Amino acid sequence: MQIDELIQRARSAIDEASDLATLDGVRVEFMGKKGQLTEMLKSLGSLPVEEKKAAGQGINEGKRQLAQAIEARRGELEAAQLEERLASEAIDVTLPGRGQVTGGLHPVTRTIQRISALFADLGFTVAEGPEVEDEYYNFEALNIPAHHPARAMHDTFYFDGGKLLRTHTSSVQIRFMENNPPPIRIIAPGRVYRCDSDMTHTPMFHQVEGLLVGKDIAFSDLMGHLDMFLQRFFDQDNVETRFRPSYFPFTEPSTEVDIRIGGGKWLEVLGAGMVHPEVFKSVGIDSQEYSGYAFGMGVERLAMLRYGVDDLRMFFENDLRFLRQFN
Amino acid sequence: MKFSEAWVREWVDLDISSEQLAEQLTMLGLEVDDYASAGGDFEGVVVGLIESAEQHPDADRLRVCKVDDGTGELHNVVCGAPNARAGIRIPFARVGAVLGGNFKIKSTKLRGVKSDGMLCSAAELQLSEESDGLHELPASAPLGVSVKEYLALDDHIIEIDLTPNRGDCLSIRGVARELSARNNVPHTPPQFSAVTVKHQDTFALEVAAESCCANYVGRVIKGIDASAATPLWMVEKLRRSGIRSISTAVDVTNYVMMEFGQPMHAFDLDKLTGGIRVRCAAEGEKLTLLDGRDVVLDSDTTLITDHQGPVAIAGIMGGDSTGVTTATKNVLLEAALFTPLGIAGKPRRYNAYTDSAQRFERGVDSGLQHQAIERASQLLIEISGGDAGPIFEAGNETLDRSFADVPLRRARIDKFLGIHVPDDVITDILTRLGIELVSTADGWNARSPSYRYDIAIEEDLMEEVARVHGYGNIPRTNPGFQPEIGKSAESELKRSRIQQLLVDRGYQEVVCYSFIDQHAQDLFSPGQESLVLSNPISSDMGVMRSTLWAGLCETLKSNLNRQQSDIRLFECGLKFVQQGADLEQIPCLSGLVAAVRSPAHWSQKTMAADFYDAKADVEAIMKLANGTTFSIESASHPALHPGMSAGIVVDGITVGWIGTLHPKLQKMLDLSQIPILFEIELSALAQAKIPAFTEISKFPSVRRDLSVTLDSEITYSMIEECVIRNAPEILKEVRVIDVYTGEGITKGLRSVALGLILQDISATLDDKKIDSAMSRILNGLTDDFGATLRT
Repeated sequence: MQIDELIQRARSAIDEASDLATLDGVRVEFMGKKGQLTEMLKSLGSLPVEEKKAAGQGINEGKRQLAQAIEARRGELEAAQLEERLASEAIDVTLPGRGQVTGGLHPVTRTIQRISALFADLGFTVAEGPEVEDEYYNFEALNIPAHHPARAMHDTFYFDGGKLLRTHTSSVQIRFMENNPPPIRIIAPGRVYRCDSDMTHTPMFHQVEGLLVGKDIAFSDLMGHLDMFLQRFFDQDNVETRFRPSYFPFTEPSTEVDIRIGGGKWLEVLGAGMVHPEVFKSVGIDSQEYSGYAFGMGVERLAMLRYGVDDLRMFFENDLRFLRQFN
Repeated sequence: MKFSEAWVREWVDLDISSEQLAEQLTMLGLEVDDYASAGGDFEGVVVGLIESAEQHPDADRLRVCKVDDGTGELHNVVCGAPNARAGIRIPFARVGAVLGGNFKIKSTKLRGVKSDGMLCSAAELQLSEESDGLHELPASAPLGVSVKEYLALDDHIIEIDLTPNRGDCLSIRGVARELSARNNVPHTPPQFSAVTVKHQDTFALEVAAESCCANYVGRVIKGIDASAATPLWMVEKLRRSGIRSISTAVDVTNYVMMEFGQPMHAFDLDKLTGGIRVRCAAEGEKLTLLDGRDVVLDSDTTLITDHQGPVAIAGIMGGDSTGVTTATKNVLLEAALFTPLGIAGKPRRYNAYTDSAQRFERGVDSGLQHQAIERASQLLIEISGGDAGPIFEAGNETLDRSFADVPLRRARIDKFLGIHVPDDVITDILTRLGIELVSTADGWNARSPSYRYDIAIEEDLMEEVARVHGYGNIPRTNPGFQPEIGKSAESELKRSRIQQLLVDRGYQEVVCYSFIDQHAQDLFSPGQESLVLSNPISSDMGVMRSTLWAGLCETLKSNLNRQQSDIRLFECGLKFVQQGADLEQIPCLSGLVAAVRSPAHWSQKTMAADFYDAKADVEAIMKLANGTTFSIESASHPALHPGMSAGIVVDGITVGWIGTLHPKLQKMLDLSQIPILFEIELSALAQAKIPAFTEISKFPSVRRDLSVTLDSEITYSMIEECVIRNAPEILKEVRVIDVYTGEGITKGLRSVALGLILQDISATLDDKKIDSAMSRILNGLTDDFGATLRT
């Protein structure tokens, strides 16, 4: 058989091979140890020397061509096979994913964390205190002696023996100042309690108390910081703040702070003032050397304004359909 | 407090609009709560006179009136008011008048009789909430004049919400003073002359030393005509102050209270016996108040008594039996000063929040009593006639107020407020407020006027300056300070991190009330003492929680009722543990799982989450708090399933619990699902380990599995402890591959298969080393627990 004919046959076989196994069979048939081309090469020995060289070159050239053709065909077949596999493996990527879904923080926690983070930028750290308090920390040390009319405004929950549920987190101020010298920058978030329950009051709610004590702290600094806070908290460029004279026994001067968003109605959001000298006196800080400001804000109030919640009571009904809106 | 804007403007001449006036009050700290027109929204109503009133031919309750409206023409008006009668002057809405903004009066026929217009009540003109007949006007009211004009209704009723320190503003005088300071214009009290004393009768008066009466000023006025009508201008001013006209004497005392801030009382002198004694109540003494209630008095309450018994609670409310009536001839006027401390708390106790109590509780001008008596005498005699006697008084000198000089340092004002206020502005403001100033080397000495109870220290004066100068004029500054890096330790595990972990593992945070129902408390913490509220909102919020589980289970229930499912909850908060006199307030993290292991997915079967799912979450938290070594040990808790509960233990102390709710509680709480609960004290979760590098072995690890059969009572933690104790150092990890009981295993035994990972740091493990390790481990289990190798 002539080499050319053999090559021709091999080429057709390669082209016809429809899968890798067949193609490998073709390779073995022609180029394996006992393959036709190999055999032909072995038979060269019987040829005269002058023909041997040319014939050998012809066979080797054919072999090279066949190897190339097989590789090319293998490439094609592999590509086709991959194609087929990929097609068979296709999935509906729009079906939902598998595994745990995340839950969420309560909006009150979310709001407290946000307030804490904003004040952390000003160097405030978080302080905490007990919720069952005594008259001293909740009232007396805050310049609210017995029979002070402000006590009536607090609707206090009492226990036998004179203990009470704190009516504000201002009690934490006292505990902190008793144990830490100025300068002081703290906020005290937490639960507070008032014996009142209706559409707009829940017997438990949350406050964030703030306290800054240092040298030469001025009333204008209080205004600057709280204005900055409210601007950042409401995160809009049309927030106006207004400071309005008010009264708290533990601050002097005292102020209520109102905000107005986009020229709407003024809304009261927090109370504040310069720490009253009597309060400093009760914790042994010299009010001639130091001054400071304190503020208290209702967390639910801020959360309601920020997230558009219209019913305070929702915060404590723990309806998952409500809570999940904050996730 | 409600008041008429026009009344204030009589005191202080202001060139500002009504809106500006209201805004100024709010920004002075006298917060305007409400601001409304003094009269209703009506047009075309004039003063009319009922010439005649005849019975309607076809309706019992209607009358046919002829009304003169000054035009000379009589109008036929059908009217149903009970007081419609000839001779009275009334507001007459002519045909074409508009009431209430849009109700147009037309000519009509009522039961066949023509009616041209309408006769109006006070309510129909929105002058009062309700009324029971026509609004009768004085006989002097000029016919045909617009009622709006006649009643001077071009005025506003302003309601301010006063803070407890500003009792001095509970009067027209007080409000006018504030506006005078704000606008730097004078305020002028009404001019009146003291009445002439026409007789020398006084009334015996004693003031007991222990009473809260600092001063009691009285005067006898004899021979008044108590039936004389209170003049319209006074009725209207009182109405705009939210005070109803009652009788001339009462109206006069209320008027003076509104005008000057001095609460007064008028007694019918002829109903008093012997004399006035101001003294403390005897414990249990009784009095019938003006509003008809009988109260039992406490001994800390000061009373006004006569020689027979109590006639009033001092400064709060008069008694029923001695008040003035239309038959009263002789009056005893009282203008007294009771101390705030003596009154405080009593209005609440006796449920008598009167205008008088409100003022005394905050402090009444201690220099006002004579002036008030004079003003009331003048008004009363002007209206009702009568002869005044001399003013008499008695008091407690020990209760006299003293006014010390308060230094106000020029330099400190600027430093403290953060704004420079010029000297003349400061002196103008303080002087207009009635504060006396004397210049000193570094500022002023200031002295509080007798009507202020809130000026005692320099800060009080600086507040006055800031307030009147305007908080809005103070710049908003940022204090300079030395920045400092915070001190939080790397090992400090933040609570927010733990909360976030649970959120990421599918939990929803909730906030439950800290007070719960005693019954729920007894279910979750039987036999434990409770911290009980003395004045709970309701009985189901009666005790402070000793576990957060009660709230979580309640939340589970309410959400199941709302058709919610797959519920994982957690809460952070205090639990309250009372033991005898000791109360511990322990911050806790609590969780509840009533969920599927993984949310339903089309590719797999859903399975309910069980103890081990919740335990994995707890273990994840413990991993965060790996600065502490925890163990989870089988233990029983009254609220948990005894076979599915464990204590979380640190150094032998239980710091938490995990377990399945006891089926008994599930039933009692009426829960349709049985949740797994956990609770850990947050103090145990405060420390994280700071990572410390250990060398990583370069040599391959090998795994050998070991399956043993042993007594079911032997817990996995015992097995693990035994394996670790007996194994050489090359044991790196123990895994549980299988736990099996059932066919092929003797009852009472179980099979546990362990996967052991072995690795050496310095060499590739050879079979000899591995076999040696495995046999040490197996021997340990055999020796300790009688385990047999399962093949």
